Amino acid sequence: MSEDTVVTAPDRPATEKNDARRGISALLGSAAGRNTGLVVALVLLCLAGVVTAGDRFADLDNVLTILRLAAVIGVVSVGMTFVITGGGIDLSVGAIVALSSVWATTLATQGIANSTHWIVVVFTALAVGGACGLVNGVLIAYGRVVAFIATLASLAAARGLAEIISNRRTQILDVRGFTAFFDASVLGVPVLVVIFAVVAAAGWVLLNRTTFGRRTFAVGGNPEAARLAGIDVRRHTALLYTLLGLCCGLAAVMLIARTTTGSATHGGLYELDAIAAVVIGGTLLSGGRGTIAGTVFGVLIFTTLSNVFTLNNLSISAQAVAKGAIIVVAVLLQQRLARRSGT
Amino acid sequence: MAQRLLAHGGLNGELAGAWSRARVLVDGSGRMTVAAPLLEVRGLVKRFPGVVALQGVDFDVRAGEVHCLLGQNGAGKSTLIKVLSGAHRPDEGEIRWQGEIAEFGNPTAAMRSGVAAMYQELDLVAGLSVADNVFLGHELSTMGFTRRAEARRRTRALLDRLGHRDIPPDRDVGRLSVAHQQVVSMARALSLDSKLLIMDEPSAVLDPDEVRVLFGVIRELTAQGVAVVYISHRMAEIREIGDRVTVLKDGRTVAAGLPAREVRTSELIGLMTGRVLENVFPQRVPVAQEAAEVLVVRGLAADGGFSGVDLTVRAGEVVGLAGLVGSGRSEILETVYGARKATDGTVEVDGRRLRRGSVGAAVRAGMGLCPEERKSQGLLLDQAVYRNITVSSLSSFARFGFLDDRAERTRSNRLTEALDVRPPGVDRVVRGLSGGNQQKVVLARWLLRECRVLLLDEPTRGVDVGARSEIYELIRDLAARGVAVVVVSSDVEEVLGLADRVLVVREGQVVHSGPADEIDESRVLDLVMEGHAA
Ligand SMILES: Nc1ncnc2c1ncn2[C@@H]1O[C@H](COP(=O)(O)OP(=O)(O)OP(=O)(O)O)[C@@H](O)[C@H]1O
Ligand SMILES: [Mg+2]
Repeated sequence: MSEDTVVTAPDRPATEKNDARRGISALLGSAAGRNTGLVVALVLLCLAGVVTAGDRFADLDNVLTILRLAAVIGVVSVGMTFVITGGGIDLSVGAIVALSSVWATTLATQGIANSTHWIVVVFTALAVGGACGLVNGVLIAYGRVVAFIATLASLAAARGLAEIISNRRTQILDVRGFTAFFDASVLGVPVLVVIFAVVAAAGWVLLNRTTFGRRTFAVGGNPEAARLAGIDVRRHTALLYTLLGLCCGLAAVMLIARTTTGSATHGGLYELDAIAAVVIGGTLLSGGRGTIAGTVFGVLIFTTLSNVFTLNNLSISAQAVAKGAIIVVAVLLQQRLARRSGT
Repeated sequence: MAQRLLAHGGLNGELAGAWSRARVLVDGSGRMTVAAPLLEVRGLVKRFPGVVALQGVDFDVRAGEVHCLLGQNGAGKSTLIKVLSGAHRPDEGEIRWQGEIAEFGNPTAAMRSGVAAMYQELDLVAGLSVADNVFLGHELSTMGFTRRAEARRRTRALLDRLGHRDIPPDRDVGRLSVAHQQVVSMARALSLDSKLLIMDEPSAVLDPDEVRVLFGVIRELTAQGVAVVYISHRMAEIREIGDRVTVLKDGRTVAAGLPAREVRTSELIGLMTGRVLENVFPQRVPVAQEAAEVLVVRGLAADGGFSGVDLTVRAGEVVGLAGLVGSGRSEILETVYGARKATDGTVEVDGRRLRRGSVGAAVRAGMGLCPEERKSQGLLLDQAVYRNITVSSLSSFARFGFLDDRAERTRSNRLTEALDVRPPGVDRVVRGLSGGNQQKVVLARWLLRECRVLLLDEPTRGVDVGARSEIYELIRDLAARGVAVVVVSSDVEEVLGLADRVLVVREGQVVHSGPADEIDESRVLDLVMEGHAA
């Protein structure tokens, strides 16, 4: 028992040791550390693929197929990362993809495209997607409709509109130049995959290196604080949804290129796939934290999983169960890491 | 044991009063021994990732005393009480509760043993009523059915005891002002009938007369043998209510059980900060008569808040707004800033009239508001310190929309060093900082931004003495560069010491306006409370 009650501490606390510990835990918790988990998961999946499907999995064509499939949903997921980081959610992405794909492949659009340039198809899809996103954004930011409800409504409306326009028929695309352009490869990499890579890279820069990105974190982290800090929260929110709408338009173009059709059934359940990829990537559903790299891994994991299951002739239902399990495990893992990094 | 207590007395010249309060028992052999203190803590260590918050804290509390905890921001006070109340688990060390080794694995266990804590960051559930919050976790129930009428009745009685008949037990807690939330939090702590009541900076959001009521309640409790641990950065309060003081520095006890009334303030500050503080308030610089009027507010009014407010601030002038919590001070600032919509009146900056209810217009005109509630209105809790600091001046770090990360960090670093944010490092997540250090981060945001008009609402809430004088310096520096500053504070001393001119607000009206050196603290208090004291 200490006799003396006045204990004088040495003046210098042991900061060096602290620094070392901080360094290690910072590394563990940093983006690199968090993505390690995802990389490991992806590698394990690939191993499973090689073991169960052998050469059919580890084949360049198969890898390119995976990437091509990942590209479309990937572009949507990058946009979704922005919206979720900004504290929102969008359930209408699949429907917007469908509507854009239909609008861009109507006979009228194809006619104009054939008499001018195939780029018309692309612009139409982007314009439709962007407009849908803008409507969502305005409803949510200025109309103060809860995002979940507003985008649920757009989901229904956009799919309905797509059915009306297409008359529930699948529209075949026949535009000179379009197919040729999107079916090409750059140094052996399909154009679709190149587009995804470019979108992901641009998304990363936008989120992490620009004022726009920083404001997205602020708006998602604490909207009231962001408002008082002088950020126009409503305009920013509207912009985020518009950005996602544009991504959906682009995804529609890529889907048209891959399937050579536009259809009201395109993009089914994209909202779930995109949200799942974003969340297992490490973006916080409540907003304020987001990572593009994580999202890309999330998309790759899901697409590879589907591929492995398909190669093994397992049912879609089994895939769904596995997807659910992966989401739960990933989120649990993430929470562990987050706690360890003290954030 | 007895020897130890004598050592206490010998070393610190402790009062006989403390002796008489300590429980004295006679053991089997007839020798007199002193009962173990109510709570005794030895060698407590608590680590967070990257930070050792507590690195060996020794501390004891006796029944019936008010034990004050003192220390700079980030010294570990809040962490200590969170460990004591079961909210955090200690990594090392032992806690003895009534002489027995105790492990409070969770807040409920601590609560059952008789420890009640009021945290620094309010822990109420918005969306639930006042009564529900007071009895949350220890609901009054019969066979699983809550007894709502009884809960309401008891809540009303508790609020009454705290002098707040005006808070309806049915009101949603989220709709109360911070001060009222603090009162609810106190009512919650009192509802537990505990043996040890821990209060972490309860007075930070309270008015002088509310603090007086609080002290009345504390005295009542200690007379019944309840022990109180009281944390505050205000020396005067510690003198008034404290029996003994323990000082923490960098997570260690540097002095334990000093007599609260005798020990000199300079000695305490020396122990806390390791340096001597000469003058808390910087020298005033007289404002030139011909200095331009930067902010001109005329006849400003807002629904249910205030009306007819005139306010003129010249370049280089610091104007202080004194008044009770709820008198309309913060509402005035927020309305000037456009965050609330004015129903009448005009706001001009540099002669240009601003659009009503538009923060954007105010920001473009060069106005900045450091809001009152750091957590809900100020901070991006899960983001790095530097990002919190630069968020309102992003455009000055951007070229074509691309941010210069390095410049952001350097400029933020300069400010956090000046404000002595601990632990240092602008990449830390703000959530892990102590309350006072979080306040410094919010303030740094507005010091960084080049404003024409800076509105500061309670800029030093929860900030320790040393850092407070740094903040005053920085505010003065800004004024010297021609910024018009308006400061709202519940701390009358702060308003008088810092401002050139003082406005007193009462019930939504400006009742006094004049130079700060022509009015003294008691006069301001009279003005503030007039018609309020009853
Ligand atoms: N949850 C946490 N995660 C990481 N670090 C933390 C956490 N809580 C506290 N700390 C760190 O522990 C140290 C002590 O913090 P604490 O809140 O106890 O200080 P304090 O003495 O209460 O200060 P203040 O007067 O500002 O309230 C600080 O360095 C703080 O950054
Ligand atoms: Mg504290």
